Amino acid sequence: MQHAGLKDILSGLIFLGIAAAFGYAASGYPLGTALRMGPGYFPLVLAGALAVLGLAIMAKGITAAAAEGEIGPVPWRGIAFIIGALVFFGATIKGIGLAPSVFGAGLLSALASRQNGPVAALTVAVALTVLCILVFHYGLGLSVPVVGPWLRF
Amino acid sequence: MDLLAHLSLGFETALTPVNLLYCFVGVLLGTLVGVLPGIGPTATIAMLLPITFSFEPVTALIMLAGIYYGAQYGGSTTAILINLPGESSSAVTAIDGYQMARKGQAGPALATAALGSFFAGTVATFILVLAAPPLARAALSFGPPEYFSLIVLGLVASIALAHGSILKALAMIVLGLLLGMVGQDIYTGTPRFTFGFFELYSGINFVSVAVGIFGVAEILRNLETETTRDVMVKRVSNLWLTGEQFRRIAAPVLRGTALGSALGVLPGGGHVLSSFASYSIEKRVAKNPAEFGHGAIEGVAGPESANNAAAQTSFIPLLTLGIPAHPVMALMIGAFIIQGITPGPNVINDQPALFWGIIVSMWVGNLMLVLLNLPLIGLWVKLLTVPYRVLFPAIVIFASVGCYAIASNNFDVYGIALFGILGYVLVKLGCEPAPLLLGFVLGPLLEEHLRRAMILSRGDPTIFVTRPISAVLLALSVAALIVAVLPSVRRKRDEVFVEED
Repeated sequence: MQHAGLKDILSGLIFLGIAAAFGYAASGYPLGTALRMGPGYFPLVLAGALAVLGLAIMAKGITAAAAEGEIGPVPWRGIAFIIGALVFFGATIKGIGLAPSVFGAGLLSALASRQNGPVAALTVAVALTVLCILVFHYGLGLSVPVVGPWLRF
Repeated sequence: MDLLAHLSLGFETALTPVNLLYCFVGVLLGTLVGVLPGIGPTATIAMLLPITFSFEPVTALIMLAGIYYGAQYGGSTTAILINLPGESSSAVTAIDGYQMARKGQAGPALATAALGSFFAGTVATFILVLAAPPLARAALSFGPPEYFSLIVLGLVASIALAHGSILKALAMIVLGLLLGMVGQDIYTGTPRFTFGFFELYSGINFVSVAVGIFGVAEILRNLETETTRDVMVKRVSNLWLTGEQFRRIAAPVLRGTALGSALGVLPGGGHVLSSFASYSIEKRVAKNPAEFGHGAIEGVAGPESANNAAAQTSFIPLLTLGIPAHPVMALMIGAFIIQGITPGPNVINDQPALFWGIIVSMWVGNLMLVLLNLPLIGLWVKLLTVPYRVLFPAIVIFASVGCYAIASNNFDVYGIALFGILGYVLVKLGCEPAPLLLGFVLGPLLEEHLRRAMILSRGDPTIFVTRPISAVLLALSVAALIVAVLPSVRRKRDEVFVEED
């Protein structure tokens, strides 16, 4: 498998894609003039610069002679569980409150590691829930309710 | 005497019980994250920013600063004892420090690191006291063109000092600047890049960005290869130096302090660079260079002094110009803004108690670190036995709760997830995350000063080169960029940073 400059080509593509998205959106805002720049002016200039840089990085990757190093393993399980934990927390904190939301997110993120079995993950989640209630609710007086409106009768 | 009056105001502020307590909490937390690998001061400060929301401004900033320089101390402890630098700047310390520990010299190595750091911190804090007022006065005469050029210089210089591909670093800066554009336009109120979400009108929360690209991305990196750390908990005895050892470290400490104080002001990883530079200088001037790598005490004394001096002087551009030298300072800017203070040359006059209080607290904090670290070394070693699989869920949870608490905005939590993935992918593809964060924080400032300058000059872009200070700053930026791409400098740069990877 030839890996010559694969990292450069991929990162160049990412930069190019982001530049295109920002550039497209920016061109929809009033540009104004150099004297009185509108909201679209500077972002459009930046998007252009990012596109040029992205192309340059890609070009470097395509012309690179030597292999640049493997990309290495990707922790799919870790990514899925940690992102899942964050999304779960964001989606439920308003509804079910601090304690259940932290418990769920803590359980999910602990499971991101292969070394945590179900019992260990539960222990971590319970400990984190207690700690967060103590620190954020009692210690810092955070206004988020411990149990949210969805769970009250 | 102005200076004495300022210092006494500083001591008055820093020595109130509340501020002393939070200075202590700060250095304690800092040492903790410095000792624990896998979480650095950037992610910690980002996580704790929301907590400081309810504090007095000076208390909040004293604590956050304490975390930063405390982490420099803590990182050296693990570098010496288990050859695992908790912080990138203490990677050099591990070379000779760990060898000393293996020869049963862990005590003197730790004492050297602590005493060298304390000396360097004291001197560098004094330099800060002397250099800040005149710099702030000079900065008061800066107009929009000067600020624009200064920010450009800061951004460009941060690449010259970083390692890795320059093209990628530039792209990361521009990407950061673009992300900084999200939210309402300051002049017209037009919402930009918000996809119609009202939650994004005030911009992307920078705590989300920082925790995502420095915290979550780092966790994902660590989950790639899960290994259990073996910690040989050794008893550390003899935490003091012999007269002979004192003589050997005196010159390296002085050289390291001077080097670190100078390099710390530079944007980019000044503290990392200074410890590497100090190590190579000590190796060059040593009578017996062969000893380096096998437990030379000079190889611990120099770099440790250098990185701590740099940690202190990197506050100079922040406190006088409002321009961050590296990601941690970018977060400090955020802390100022959360507290309703615009960092910059006005702080010294408008908030003298805050300004001098922070500076004096740094010296107080350094003293606490010496007292804290030497006797409690056994406790820190024990902490190393906390397994990572327990640690990282705690990081994820504290980051989410803290980030949500800032504005009760669940978009901020989704932001962590998004930037965690983006940061992980980009780091994996060989892009450094630090320039992105600097660009993100400085983006809105850069645009504002550009637009103001253009209005000032009636649309004539030559204003940036006809105003002398601005022209010099831009010339320096160009020079920094040219120097960074010169092949000879590139090789040297790769050499300096090679041991870090």
